[in-house]
Amino acid sequence: MANIENFATPSSAMGALKRPVVTKGWREWVFTVDHKKLGIMYMATAMFFFVVGGLEAVLIRLQLALPNGKILNADLYNQMFTMHATTMVFLFVMPMAAGFANYFIPLQIGARDVAFPRINAFGFWALLFGGLFINLSWFLGGAADGGWFMYAPNSGPIFSPSHGVDFWALGLQIAGIASLTGAINLIVTILNMRAPGMKLMRMPIFTWMILVVQFLLAFAVPVITVALFLLSFQRNFGATFFDVAAGADPLLWQHLFWIFGHPEVYILILPSFGIISEVLPVFSRKPLFGYPFVVFSGAAIGFVGWGVWAHHMFASGLGPVSVAVFSISTMAIAVPTGVKIVNWTLTLWGGKLWFTTAMKFAIGLIVLFTIGGLSGVTHSVAPSDTQQTDTYYIVAHFHYVLFGGAVLGLFSGFYYWWPKMFGKMLNEKLGTWNFWFMVIGMNLTFGPMHILGLQGQPRRMYQWTENRAGEGFFNLAFWNLIASIGSLVLVVGVFLFLVNIFITARSGKVAPLDPWGARSLEWMTSNPPKEHNFDSIPTVHHLDEFFHRKYAEDANGQMQQIATAEEVLKQLEDNADAHIHMPSPSYWPIVIAFGLPVTCLGVIYSIPLAIFGGLIILMGAFGWALEPSTAPDTDFDPPSSSNTSKDVVHVG
Amino acid sequence: MWFTLDNLATAHDTHEGAAHSSTGLSNVKLGMWLFLGTECLLFGGLISTYMLYRGRVGTGPRPSQVFDIPFTSVSSFVLLMSSLTMVLAVSAAHKRDDRSTNLWLVITALLGATFVGGQVYEFTAFYNEGMGFSTSLFSSSFFVLTGFHGVHVTVGIIMLLALRGMLKNNKVPGSRAETVEMIGLYWHFVDIVWIIIFTLIYLIPA
Repeated sequence: MANIENFATPSSAMGALKRPVVTKGWREWVFTVDHKKLGIMYMATAMFFFVVGGLEAVLIRLQLALPNGKILNADLYNQMFTMHATTMVFLFVMPMAAGFANYFIPLQIGARDVAFPRINAFGFWALLFGGLFINLSWFLGGAADGGWFMYAPNSGPIFSPSHGVDFWALGLQIAGIASLTGAINLIVTILNMRAPGMKLMRMPIFTWMILVVQFLLAFAVPVITVALFLLSFQRNFGATFFDVAAGADPLLWQHLFWIFGHPEVYILILPSFGIISEVLPVFSRKPLFGYPFVVFSGAAIGFVGWGVWAHHMFASGLGPVSVAVFSISTMAIAVPTGVKIVNWTLTLWGGKLWFTTAMKFAIGLIVLFTIGGLSGVTHSVAPSDTQQTDTYYIVAHFHYVLFGGAVLGLFSGFYYWWPKMFGKMLNEKLGTWNFWFMVIGMNLTFGPMHILGLQGQPRRMYQWTENRAGEGFFNLAFWNLIASIGSLVLVVGVFLFLVNIFITARSGKVAPLDPWGARSLEWMTSNPPKEHNFDSIPTVHHLDEFFHRKYAEDANGQMQQIATAEEVLKQLEDNADAHIHMPSPSYWPIVIAFGLPVTCLGVIYSIPLAIFGGLIILMGAFGWALEPSTAPDTDFDPPSSSNTSKDVVHVG
Repeated sequence: MWFTLDNLATAHDTHEGAAHSSTGLSNVKLGMWLFLGTECLLFGGLISTYMLYRGRVGTGPRPSQVFDIPFTSVSSFVLLMSSLTMVLAVSAAHKRDDRSTNLWLVITALLGATFVGGQVYEFTAFYNEGMGFSTSLFSSSFFVLTGFHGVHVTVGIIMLLALRGMLKNNKVPGSRAETVEMIGLYWHFVDIVWIIIFTLIYLIPA
């Protein structure tokens, strides 16, 4: 066969296909494939969208604070609540969890990177561009306004004539691509790249929960992909998939959306369950109570989560058999969740509790999520749910589970892992204020919504009038005002966190190696971790390996310290691998990801532009495939153990 | 479409090979199987949509009025034969027989292209008989389902030809046989999906 001689080896590519070698300035971040940098970029992006979504929420609450609100008109109000939900679900909680997963999964399983580093980078850029694409609609004729589940006929051209829904559908498609690639990447990483001895039942709970979440993502995202394609074909190419007048069945959208949408609920909450399952044992000075139960109840949630979607649709007339089946499955899924609550509580029981900010947020999650979970169980009672459908009672429920659950868990993670990520301690005093403002703010905001909802205030109404506000305890005016004041308290809480970040960056206390007395592998490296994570890959003998390297039972069965964290780390450093091979940066992830919004803009405005975007993607794919696997002229071997400096030479 | 292209790329992103693998499967193979799992859900959603709307023809033509089952049977047979040639390509790659590998890859791509050509012809014929994309719920869901499949075959052809070029120019990092096998997995999957689609759309009367 005819070989072209000058392409003899993969690394001697044409100039345009060389790996980037710059390691300074913005290019260090834009072309990086390092899972830790990407994790931080995910988190920063998510934090940005959290602020955006939060401001949208404040506008909603200001509009509803007083009767006949004039801050937003009805149209803008519709856009505001649609984008608030879309932003918080798809652009804040999911990417924030993805950020934690990216950063900590390789560290927790004793790996040096994820399985597919370039796909990891691609996922981040796709998420960022997808999020920006959705929000671009604000400036191009108005954002999506059909509610976050975008039921027909509200998603159709009659009720939503602007391009908002087009941007929404295509932007979520891009974000979905990011989720899908991320899911495959993390599943392969967790299953395939564990350190020697790290059996599945020795993995930290956070890793377990992320594994379950990635399976949910891998199988839920394609379903909404189909739904979004059908919606785009209807809006942009004349199909009538959800048009009742043309004989279509609008329930098709509801089914497709919620087959995705209910697993999505667990996609949002399980990462936070994982985080507090790490935090609670550390600050209780006890191992997690019933580790296998927490693992298997998480997996059970993952399975049963596929069989409850129609409880979002009880009001749509599914028929008695379907309603009965989905009522029962909805009651059933409360069991594994309850198991987790019991396990956390018994982890606290008899422990030497250390009330750090991370611990406060974790306990906040247990309490507030339980409240939200209980109102969730009431939804399995179909007659009662039919009454509450589309009222503020639903809004109260999902904010207790999402804010009281998912968000508090993420904040617990910030305070717990900040010293790991940045080598500095977040201010604990400010953290306590941060915690109390958020907890009080969230209860003031969402607590009254139970009352409002049971009184029948519909969600998504843009104004209420005084003459229908009711009297006494059930006075809608009073509770609406309280909820709006609560949202401002919440804003203060989140602002205090941002202040804390700022102060910590300026003058924070440098973190000791093991500030919390932690138990898992991610703490068996420096703060922040070296580029290659571990000098030598540890062999794992126990669940909570790091703890067992520091403590052992004495003759009386009492745990005694046998080594400090520094000594454990020293031992790894002394046995450092001679050759550590790290992936090189790459140009192509951002190029391909950039092609996606270009293509989507083309779908909305002009097909030639879509073709151009497609060509960018195709070109990027070939550039990617032809890219040499390592940067040229770069020494990939970091200083070995003979060298006193343990830092890897930047790999290119 | 881009996603499967990305999987071609996946095949080259092997910084950590099977040597480091906890399951014994290589990262690329595990990733490809997972990707195909997600594809099942994608086609599952599209097939469900078609099954819901297959009888809703409105004022447009009914399926039995436009389908040319002998023609589609022949093009289905061509696609199935391409799975055989793909197997031969994978087998040749494992035997390090570059010449045969290249040959079978090209033949597989040609058979795939024949299938796509048949689909283009069929779509054109349907259009001329009054069944456009937006004619009825049946036509929209038919074109979306078979169109998505056709795009998958087209992406497969691009990957086959790209793979052939990369093999020839010695640009495949890592295991060549495994890379051929990965494209093969994708190709067989697309064929199996077609068996289901062909049965549901053409063989079972609405």
